Amino acid sequence: MSDGTGVIIAGAAETGEVGKLPGQSTLGLHVEGALNAVADAGLSLRDIDGIATVSSPGPVQVAHALGITPGWIDGTGVGGTSFLLHVRHAVAAIRAGYARTILITHGESGRSRVGAAPFRFDPASPPGQFELPYGTLGPTTTFTIPALRYMKEYGLTHEQLAYVAVAQRRWAAKNPRAMFRDPITVEDVLASRIVAYPFHLLECCLVTDGGGALVIASADRTADFPKPAVHILGTGESSESPMISQMADFTESQAFRLAGRAAFAEAGISTSDVDHLMIYDAFAHVPIYGLEALGFVGKGEAGAFIADGNTEPGGSLPLNTNGGGLSYTHTGMYGMFAIQEGVRQLRGEAAAQVGDPQISVILGNGGMFATSGVLVLSRNGR
Amino acid sequence: MRSKPVPVPTPETKPFWDGCAAGELRIQRCTDCGRAYFYPRPVCPHCGSVNVEWFTASGDATLYSYVINHRPAPGFTGDAPYAIAVVQLAEGPRMMANIVGLPATPEALELDMPLRVGFEQRGDVNLPVFGPAGAEAVR
Repeated sequence: MSDGTGVIIAGAAETGEVGKLPGQSTLGLHVEGALNAVADAGLSLRDIDGIATVSSPGPVQVAHALGITPGWIDGTGVGGTSFLLHVRHAVAAIRAGYARTILITHGESGRSRVGAAPFRFDPASPPGQFELPYGTLGPTTTFTIPALRYMKEYGLTHEQLAYVAVAQRRWAAKNPRAMFRDPITVEDVLASRIVAYPFHLLECCLVTDGGGALVIASADRTADFPKPAVHILGTGESSESPMISQMADFTESQAFRLAGRAAFAEAGISTSDVDHLMIYDAFAHVPIYGLEALGFVGKGEAGAFIADGNTEPGGSLPLNTNGGGLSYTHTGMYGMFAIQEGVRQLRGEAAAQVGDPQISVILGNGGMFATSGVLVLSRNGR
Repeated sequence: MRSKPVPVPTPETKPFWDGCAAGELRIQRCTDCGRAYFYPRPVCPHCGSVNVEWFTASGDATLYSYVINHRPAPGFTGDAPYAIAVVQLAEGPRMMANIVGLPATPEALELDMPLRVGFEQRGDVNLPVFGPAGAEAVR
């Protein structure tokens, strides 16, 4: 293992509630998440000198709403994985001395759409010319298209795909904050209505409201914070295609693989070092692609690996232990919640705590396999 | 009721849409590495060359992957369920398209089945779509 990046997650928190929150706006959810994370780090807003969040409402708006005058700004907005990229960029900024205490915020009224940016599509953009005219309607009709090719190439069955949702519901059953907690079977999943064949409703993520935030600082300051430090050992980021139709190979994600390779190399770890794993699960096939891209199993093996119980409670590789986007919460840009669960597990604070994990890996997705960020987090630093 | 989305050409993509208007699938290829590509852009994505040219593709393709969408997009209410597919052109590149002339069922839509381009009027442009090879050209 390497000495890590020398940078830690010093504070982490979600909004008090996630789910249906019609009384809060997107900006209000950013603010609540920020206040909770700053308090978790034992700091005040006056201590924050760097800000990162996605393009809408944007770092300028969020900083201003909080009364922060930043000396470092990151507005990277590349979909739901953006917050993992913000962590990576914050590591670099702290090491460079550009900022001392960085706040990364997420808030999204994804379900209630209070103060949320409207969906807009530019008919002159490449997706507007070459995908939208074919009746696409967001992720359910695009993110899902590669799955049938994977099923043909590697023999993944409808039952194995459905089992991804079953396994994650078993984690959600242990999490009082999860939106869906009742146990489900493969038969239940396959009996739920078809949204976009081969995907049934229970193989698609929730749509919820919520937020969360992180405070990033140098590991030299570990003793200054009340909570156990979560050390950032390695990070990676990459992108592939803005249109699902131009993804190079429908059976694997290049962005997942490249981001994972960079993060594992920087951390100096291999898959056998990983105790806990989060893979962005907007749809049931995404954890399958993620497990293979990170090298936990060989190509074509992930469906059986999950169906054999390896990733559910009691399995050898705890995966998506909050219940994931399929059962816990999914505001639209879920990456922040995947990071939060990794932090909780390493601190020993998770609702479905998996013993005493030393290393947690977070794989984020943005768009439709368009972008990826990977974080390797640890209880121990240098 | 809202109508179906109409693509708006840009200077980079106008030759493609002009081709569709003429009933031809015109795409680009690199004159340095020789490989064809789609969507239209001024740089070869394979080798980075700017020495690229337009040519008329055969219109032959195979079915690479798809979904059958049961929640119609605005303008598509009467079409649901409908197939949103990605086809592999004989020249190599892939593009999204609707599949016409076949039922939108898993039984009728077999991956790797041969397809043939046709064109559908959409606003002031012709939109490429694909139907079963050997059938009458879709118009």
